[in-house]
Amino acid sequence: MTNDANLLPSGLPRIESMQMRDIVKRFPGVLANDHVNFDVNAGEIHALLGENGAGKSTLMKVLYGLYQPEEGEILLNGQVANIHSPTDAIEQGIGMIHQHFMLVDNLTVAQNVALGLKSSKGKGFVLDLDVVTARIRDLADKYGLYVDPEAIINRLSVGERQRVEIIKALYRGAALLILDEPTAVLTPQEVDEIFKIFRNMAAEGHALIFISHKLDEIFALTDRVTVLRDGRVVGDVLTADVTKNELANMMVGREVLMERHRVPMPVGEVRLKLEDVNAVNDREQPILRHISFAVRSGEILGVAGVSGNGQRALAEAIAGLQPVSEGRVEMDGRDVTNLSPSQMFEAGLSYIPEERMHDGVIKNFNVAENLVLQDHQFPPYSKGIFLNFGTIDSHADEMIREFDIKTPSKDTAVKNLSGGNIQKLILARELDRQPRFLIAAQPTRGVDIGATEYIHAQLLKQRSEGLATLLISEDLDEVMAMSDRIMVLFGGEIMGIVDSDQVTVQQLGLMMAGEKAEDVFAQKDLAAAGDT
Amino acid sequence: MNENLTILAIVLGILHSGIRLATPYLYASLGEMFGQRSGVLNLGVEGIMLLGAFFGFFATFQTGNPWLGFLAAMVVGALMGLLMAFISVTLKAEQGISGIGLYLFGLGASSLLFKTMLGTVEGVSGFAPLNFCLSSVGIDSSFCLSQVPIAGDIVFSHSVMTYIAYALVPISAWVLGRTTIGLKIKAVGQNPEAADSLGVSVDRTRYMTVTFGGLMAGIAGASLSISLLNIFQENMTNGLGFIAVALVYFGGWSPWGVLVGALLFSTVNALQLWAQVLGLNIPSDVAVMLPYLMTILALALPIRRAAQPAALTRPFTRGEN
Ligand SMILES: Nc1ncnc2c1ncn2[C@@H]1O[C@H](COP(=O)(O)OP(=O)(O)OP(=O)(O)O)[C@@H](O)[C@H]1O
Ligand SMILES: [Mg+2]
Repeated sequence: MTNDANLLPSGLPRIESMQMRDIVKRFPGVLANDHVNFDVNAGEIHALLGENGAGKSTLMKVLYGLYQPEEGEILLNGQVANIHSPTDAIEQGIGMIHQHFMLVDNLTVAQNVALGLKSSKGKGFVLDLDVVTARIRDLADKYGLYVDPEAIINRLSVGERQRVEIIKALYRGAALLILDEPTAVLTPQEVDEIFKIFRNMAAEGHALIFISHKLDEIFALTDRVTVLRDGRVVGDVLTADVTKNELANMMVGREVLMERHRVPMPVGEVRLKLEDVNAVNDREQPILRHISFAVRSGEILGVAGVSGNGQRALAEAIAGLQPVSEGRVEMDGRDVTNLSPSQMFEAGLSYIPEERMHDGVIKNFNVAENLVLQDHQFPPYSKGIFLNFGTIDSHADEMIREFDIKTPSKDTAVKNLSGGNIQKLILARELDRQPRFLIAAQPTRGVDIGATEYIHAQLLKQRSEGLATLLISEDLDEVMAMSDRIMVLFGGEIMGIVDSDQVTVQQLGLMMAGEKAEDVFAQKDLAAAGDT
Repeated sequence: MNENLTILAIVLGILHSGIRLATPYLYASLGEMFGQRSGVLNLGVEGIMLLGAFFGFFATFQTGNPWLGFLAAMVVGALMGLLMAFISVTLKAEQGISGIGLYLFGLGASSLLFKTMLGTVEGVSGFAPLNFCLSSVGIDSSFCLSQVPIAGDIVFSHSVMTYIAYALVPISAWVLGRTTIGLKIKAVGQNPEAADSLGVSVDRTRYMTVTFGGLMAGIAGASLSISLLNIFQENMTNGLGFIAVALVYFGGWSPWGVLVGALLFSTVNALQLWAQVLGLNIPSDVAVMLPYLMTILALALPIRRAAQPAALTRPFTRGEN
């Protein structure tokens, strides 16, 4: 059967070519896709690039049947295809990894993979999870995508959830696979691994569409790039024929500064101090062990580590979202251990959470409301029990302008904003209140290069004004460039805190794998001694 | 000595009634549970039960065959469920309000039908206790399992509708836990966007569960009119359908939890009946209130709250996300 040249290893027929012609998609106040032409062929990896809100996800949702375009048509193998729902798309061999997780979080990994799958059906309607579990284990072994098939989704870290999404897609083996920012939450090692998988799929004859804001990834993986700006195609080029700077310019329409300059700063008083902090999860397993460090005014302390090693717990322990079982947290010299989130907020803490769709905004509230989520009960936004809509609105206008949030209006529900613009909104809200201490978890995840540049500039500006910042990021380049000092977490423990100017990516990598800083630096000294 | 015997008889009586009276709860709550697991709250169970009770009774009354009554109740219940599905899934109406509308409709319609088609309260011979007599399987003996001391009366003297109700508990658990349909139902109730993105039709799944829930509510009504009481009266369900909805919450959206809740509340009902028989004066309102109080308490438990389907009462529209 598999020697039929038209069939893929997954048993599905190949999609030799897919063309989207003159696609127009409007939302109230926005022309998200303006006569877009886009195509991909079997064996090809085609990148879709563009700023936040350029219309990439919208175009892909049209292809996957989630949105119906106002104009235009989709051709599969030269024939007009009717795609009115994801069911239609799936039937025609199209698969999609969504920008935001599409997982049922109280079901297991295997159940999520099995959902809607024809082959998970045993006799009649009996669900044969054993088959699915075995297949997941196979895929895990083959591709290094380790995740426990029996784990319940809400116990998993974002990185693990992303792996589940990839397993879901691999399991189905779609002939045309849409990848909407699949790498945003993965570590560099994981990205290398899944790139091997994607290349392999292309070699087998799958067609792949890949979306990412990381230009390095575009160059490492793709054959061709289409650039969208404000809903229009501004370029369709072979990846080999362009440079990074050219792509950046096409996207943004101006020169982008891709280097960040952090000038040394004298640090001030201690703003945040943790002493021997310990915490356990809901299964009573330790997630933070003996954490002690201090952050001073005018300082950015970077936190590096493979996701799931306590970064999130650390941020939440400080923010009052994760109980501290032992130890002490001090802000401005005051004991703030286990205060509530709103008390921490009043003490001057700002928190940009990692799961922004879930923890950072209220999806159904509009932009103006989300901009005053915590502050709405204080003047000038309210008087007594009454909200002052005038100031709330003018504040929203100011933030939208200042932080360049792309939204049709301040009354648009946040769920309709593009991912990067939601991140800008949260940043605007958290920085505008001039906090004493900022926790920024993955602040530029899924954010385009222009906005990344902007967010970094804002963080540095606040630093120069004396803000103390804890920057948690899986992007090592970001951590290295932005932080004065870098702390590495492994298994909920600090492996070491080092000066960012005196550490290499390799050394950080070793620490992230569980070696203590002393040992890592001892090796360096040994090597240096060997040289002389 | 004699006194001990009486107490034993009373306890046995209570257990017997408790098991028996759980029948309508089980049908209605299990059906409602499927709807809620898929994200639709149907508050109209009480109204559907009344219609089921009427048509079950009427068909039996006319034909003398309780199975035809059973069938009629099923069909009417399913049609009412379909109506609820249309209102809540297709028209995306507010579920709580539509359910109450459905209840009022069922209440009014069943009364009207009663007045025009029956006029007076009549009796009917519905499903009789099975008793499991050996003679029924061709063995020449007058022995029946229901004669076994103690357990005989409690376990082996109910009608076929009661046994079906209990059998539906493990079957429901199996459907939810071990079938592709069960998986779809759970996914649709928890994260309809995710289910939709994998080609699972949210609307079709909800239509299925809500129609099934109506069918079960219809049977629940009939279990009163052609099995437990063998009469039809206006508003004979008397709040039972609402308790059935509350039981789904109480049972944490699991068939076994529903079973526990149904038995608990039916035993309370039985206690109250026996208290009346014995002339103890406990107002019947207390018995009606009790399940709600217990449900409110149970709902305050964090475990229950965690089990609530995340998309319960939320209509689904594609592309909003
Ligand atoms: N359901 C919707 N309703 C209204 N507006 C929408 C909706 N979905 C997207 N938009 C708007 O359409 C535009 C394009 O959004 P889209 O999500 O396609 O951007 P994107 O290129 O994927 O951006 P990002 O890189 O941030 O993910 C944005 O202005 C967004 O606000
Ligand atoms: Mg997008």
